[in-house]
Amino acid sequence: MGEKVLMKGNEAIAEAAIRAGCKMFFGYPITPQTELAAYMAKRLPKIGGVFLQAESEVAAINMVYGAASAGKRVLTSSSSPGVSLKQEGISYIAGSDLPCVIINIVRGGPGLGGIQPAQSDYFQACKGGGHGDYHLIVLAPGSIQEIVDITKDAFELSEKYRMPVMIMGDGMLGQMMEPIEFGEETEVVVPERDYATNGTQMKRPHNIINSLYIEPSELEKTVLERYERYKKVEENETRVEEYMLDDAEYVIAAYGTIARVAKTAIANLRKEGIKVGLIRPITLWPFPSASFAKAADKVKGILDVEMSMGQMVEDVRLSVNGKCPVEFFGRTGGVIPTPGEICDALKKMKEGK
Amino acid sequence: MSRIKIITGHFGSGKTEVAVNLAMQDKGTTIVDLDTVNPYFRTADAKEELERHGIRAIVPEFANTNLDLPTLPPEIYSVFQNDGRVIFDVGGDDDGALALGMYHNYFQKENPDMYFVVCTTRPLMSTADDVIEMIRNIEAASRLRVTHLINNTHLSKYTEIDTVLKGQAVTEEVSRKTGIPILFTAVREDLKDKIADKIGNNVLGLKLYLNLPF
Repeated sequence: MGEKVLMKGNEAIAEAAIRAGCKMFFGYPITPQTELAAYMAKRLPKIGGVFLQAESEVAAINMVYGAASAGKRVLTSSSSPGVSLKQEGISYIAGSDLPCVIINIVRGGPGLGGIQPAQSDYFQACKGGGHGDYHLIVLAPGSIQEIVDITKDAFELSEKYRMPVMIMGDGMLGQMMEPIEFGEETEVVVPERDYATNGTQMKRPHNIINSLYIEPSELEKTVLERYERYKKVEENETRVEEYMLDDAEYVIAAYGTIARVAKTAIANLRKEGIKVGLIRPITLWPFPSASFAKAADKVKGILDVEMSMGQMVEDVRLSVNGKCPVEFFGRTGGVIPTPGEICDALKKMKEGK
Repeated sequence: MSRIKIITGHFGSGKTEVAVNLAMQDKGTTIVDLDTVNPYFRTADAKEELERHGIRAIVPEFANTNLDLPTLPPEIYSVFQNDGRVIFDVGGDDDGALALGMYHNYFQKENPDMYFVVCTTRPLMSTADDVIEMIRNIEAASRLRVTHLINNTHLSKYTEIDTVLKGQAVTEEVSRKTGIPILFTAVREDLKDKIADKIGNNVLGLKLYLNLPF
């Protein structure tokens, strides 16, 4: 199917996951993510896959833990409150060095919050969420086409580095429809995992999947080894879009849907003669610090825009390390900033107000 | 033509844009947002615009709020207590059509027109058999018969003449196999003149009312 089709972000993730060889989905419905599970429910049984609506998000993530242990490509998806429930399981999966892909189509919080789009789960995704020393690779697509391309990468990255990968989109990205292309369908060969607990056939020693270590020194050793792998992820897998930076005097930092709003704002500001560029992190972890550090040497200021009270802005400030001013503008609770509001915030920063 | 038009179709086929456009052409009509499925992008988005044009819009109390409560307002019953024209914008698939069931007794007395909106660029809906299966599912859930087809096949801003014609061929096949006539083909306004002579049925130029905030 090289033809264009019209898809919601949620449906596109589901179809892209299936094409990436994922035939197992465990989840629990929640707005604004439910179309993803609904699509899987329709498609997976027809192609010999497993769709299972678990009794809760906690159950679903533990089913993912099981399927990943058995060596399967496996997906779960939810939205903010549901992803909070999954955190214990995510920590166990990270502690067992297992690959899987977790989708968070973020809505307003905290608590039950609301069903409108938000980006206020950045801290949860990038700074832990669950307990213990661990990281997730966090991918933040900015369009439905990018969702399609990134979903396959998510499975491959998770297997290459034996760690869970989260794709984080906001409700708008999950719900909006855009024409996309999947490209030719190719045969996917999911690599064998020699550590999988899928039966010894009496031909090999037992594999054990576990996150418990009796001796502190032994636990420390596994964590240190894991962080060596994280270092490689930081070196090799950081992704970022740099947009109109060449002549930029100011830079907007934004990811996901807000980066799209920011591009409209940038076009408007440039019409008024204000030279603004955009740095859009595509991996939120590892964070593209180098792009911000480089920009900080030559621009007059960076405006970080989010649908939150300011979460990614902390990483932008760490990257910039005081070399230029970093201001923040955000809306929260399910409100999407308009291009006009972003323009105003940038002008305010320019005028030093 | 019945005074009641019910717009059904598969999920994401463009029912709301079609419903809002039909309403805009018919001042004095009432439009009912009966969508209990979709959280964003719905008739409620166009409520102000509709009311500016003198069209009454009945929308669920919690539409476009932070609550996910698929409740329907009692005000809907008022459309059965007069003989004014009314358009029901129904949620997608048979899941959305289920909400029609609660008005069954009223519909039975009136034989409403029920339109089915086709968009073959949507996933799992590219063949006539896919469309017919969905028509049957919606008829079963709503306990009503589809009376007309509307071809609304498009690719948003990437729509070309060919996109519409491919959808037209599938819609015509559905029409042949089921005996349900095609009421019109809906296209973006600027494409209307380029396509009218290539299609045997009426063409409706659509103004887009549900736009992204960027």
